[in-house]
Amino acid sequence: MMTDSTDAEAWAGRMIRNSISLFAWTVAWVGSLALASFGPGLFWDDQPAPTLIAIAGSVLIGIAMLFANKRHLQAMDELQRAMQLQTMAWTLGAGLVGGVALTLLARHGLVGFEAEIAHLVAFMAVIYMIGSIAGVLRYR
Amino acid sequence: MKNRLKVLRAERDWTQADLALALAVSRQTINAIETGRYDPSLPLAFRLARVFGLSIEDLFQEEDQTEA
Repeated sequence: MMTDSTDAEAWAGRMIRNSISLFAWTVAWVGSLALASFGPGLFWDDQPAPTLIAIAGSVLIGIAMLFANKRHLQAMDELQRAMQLQTMAWTLGAGLVGGVALTLLARHGLVGFEAEIAHLVAFMAVIYMIGSIAGVLRYR
Repeated sequence: MKNRLKVLRAERDWTQADLALALAVSRQTINAIETGRYDPSLPLAFRLARVFGLSIEDLFQEEDQTEA
């Protein structure tokens, strides 16, 4: 077979490394969010300085996660990128429409809870997972 | 677009994974092209043709061309 096995194996290795890197940064970001959310009450008695440091750390880790995601997307092949584009389009659209609708429902007292950003994040995560599964099933 | 990828690959006794590795794409991409669910970009089509030692026209045909 006419192939450059070095390039091919490098691509496969890069895909694995980028996936692991993205997973690790995502876990770190979620952990930093948990620390920034619950740390003030549990660990440092609501002192502002450690809270600011925890939030700044979470933002920095979040930025690193974004770059890891960018590297992950750049290493994908063209079909994987097309699938990601479709999934992200659905996630963004559903997040926008669903987020605005939830805000309106909450503002007019039509839901039994207060609309929070966490609800939107969870909703978008569910849409992203459904979109990813649909993409895999469509092109399997 | 129709293609002869599956036949040509079978003639050479290559697996989808072999071809995917040769082209630095996922096996899913090879399968999607073979089953006609995904039409590759021109650069990938050229790479496919090069791997098989054929021209793009030998690999891919328009639907109406094959029916004519």
